[in-house]
Amino acid sequence: MRRLLRNRSGMLGLGIVIIFVVMTLLAPVLRPYNAATDRNLALRLKPPSTEHLMGTDELGRDVLTRVWHGGRVSLSVAVLVVAGSAVLGTLLGVLAGLTGGWLDMVLSWFVDILLAFPGILLAITIVATLGATLSNALIAISIMGIPGYFRVMRSSVLGLRDLEFVQAATALGSSRFRVAFRHILPNGLSPLIVQVTVDLGRTVLTIAALGFLGLGAQPPTPEWGLMIKSGYSQFLNAPWLSIAPGFAIYLSVLGFNLLGDAIRDVLDPQLRG
Amino acid sequence: MNTYILRRVLGTIPVLLGVTFLVFAVNRIIPSNPAVAILGDKGTVEAQEQLAEELGLNKPVFLDLQGYRATGELKALFDSQYVAYMRDLLTGDLGRSFMTRAPVVDSLRVRFPATMELAFFAIIIGAGLGVLLGVVAALNRSTWVDTTMLFIAVSGVSFPVFWTAIILIYVFSVNLGWFPPAGRLAVTSTIEPITGMHVLDALLRGQFNLALSALHHLVLPAFALGTNAMALIMRMTRSSMLEVLQRDYMRTAKSKGLMPRVVVLKHALRNALLPIVTVAGLSFGALLSGAILIEAIFNWPGIGSWVYNAITQRDYPIIQGGILFVAGVFVVLNLLVDLSYVLIDPRIRY
Repeated sequence: MRRLLRNRSGMLGLGIVIIFVVMTLLAPVLRPYNAATDRNLALRLKPPSTEHLMGTDELGRDVLTRVWHGGRVSLSVAVLVVAGSAVLGTLLGVLAGLTGGWLDMVLSWFVDILLAFPGILLAITIVATLGATLSNALIAISIMGIPGYFRVMRSSVLGLRDLEFVQAATALGSSRFRVAFRHILPNGLSPLIVQVTVDLGRTVLTIAALGFLGLGAQPPTPEWGLMIKSGYSQFLNAPWLSIAPGFAIYLSVLGFNLLGDAIRDVLDPQLRG
Repeated sequence: MNTYILRRVLGTIPVLLGVTFLVFAVNRIIPSNPAVAILGDKGTVEAQEQLAEELGLNKPVFLDLQGYRATGELKALFDSQYVAYMRDLLTGDLGRSFMTRAPVVDSLRVRFPATMELAFFAIIIGAGLGVLLGVVAALNRSTWVDTTMLFIAVSGVSFPVFWTAIILIYVFSVNLGWFPPAGRLAVTSTIEPITGMHVLDALLRGQFNLALSALHHLVLPAFALGTNAMALIMRMTRSSMLEVLQRDYMRTAKSKGLMPRVVVLKHALRNALLPIVTVAGLSFGALLSGAILIEAIFNWPGIGSWVYNAITQRDYPIIQGGILFVAGVFVVLNLLVDLSYVLIDPRIRY
């Protein structure tokens, strides 16, 4: 922990993440906003001013407020997605690593299939057919994240399975279930934590990409990718519409990535460059 | 070694099978009936039923158990939608677009070279800059140069590519006017296709002005697409170089009095190359999915913008055909990256 506190870029990342979390939690208090009704056509497409720091959009809505509330959408979906894929991926990974045999083969095969779809392609396939809603996007991105956790947990279980303390626990009569969750999982935790932090940043990007493709949140939800999409059509006369949410995405992802790198350096000294 | 290659090649078959199965399964859970989707609101119930019969939608999805029980013939068992789909797939038939009725395979053939050209230049830019900056960072370890490079690398994976693309257009085409904002060539000119890749075709035909024009159009989209790969390759180059620089043979090379350039390029970089190539190869596959966003923004007539338009029009055969194709290319690319290890590092023998 002390090493983490001494890592300057890691602290910068942590700072950014904390600011984003606090801001999004306080958004309804500091900047109350209703996505459906909060509009003022008299103030359409006004450039940034002291009154509207990031200008207004085509419906006269304050861009800063929407970006601010967009953080609520992105961060909450990102947390749900990462929780979903971490839980599923970890369970399946531990299961595959512990049991081995045909179950391991089938699960690994399944994960290889998921990995055959580069980038956001799998999510696009799923959402394009299930229907473009934020909750379908959430399911799709969660499935997309399973392989990362599966592989990390499977390999750390394989590494730990034959160590003496695990054999001792088994010899003392602990059930397989108990061995897995009391002895193996806690010891395989550090790669998992690194994976979660990096994954949070990546998920924010994926949500935005799907939103930009029209496959995520739908209007009038203030979602960053969707805001860039609708701002893009008016880029020539109102560039602030896309610049502001894009910068918010960049900053939040940067925060998660810096933090993730720092945690990796601390938890896994072998990888330190 | 031959057994390794054979095993690795055979190993992709179950994965590819699984990919087709997954895409097919997702295809079957479409809420709407494809026959209704094709005919639109105007189609009569009779026309819908006829089309459903033509498309084989009335057959069982996976196995015709009833038909098998009734006739007792194995042939009847496999008279199903999935078998028909696989048979079409193996004969190169991916169905027809709902909107234009054009065969999906034909459009793929026209659009794939455009995407390959874009991805190729993106990886050239990404790998070129990535290796260069990574080496610079490693040689200046723990100085402000290194810190700056690391910051560039983290930023490169933190920008949403579609946003980078929009900003690049705004700065370099709208404001500075240096590069065209869209398309592959100036509107007035055309190239008779040979390979479908404009730069190569123009060079093959000796039309250097056209080749330059095509390159000019490539700069912004290739750079936007390549930033992510650049960041990943840069980090990998840096850490791989740092590891190699500590080795004893580096000290030997330096104390032999070799020129620093030779030491860095021949002794260090050559040995640091393996992980770099892995990352570059994997990034190349990821570029194919990033192309969906980039091509849509730059109006680049490749697979990406085609799938993007299909998404907005709910043209399922194109979405599925395009995605199936890209996934197939990705699997093959990964295979090639694996096999290329042997060529790069003669120490590896399987």
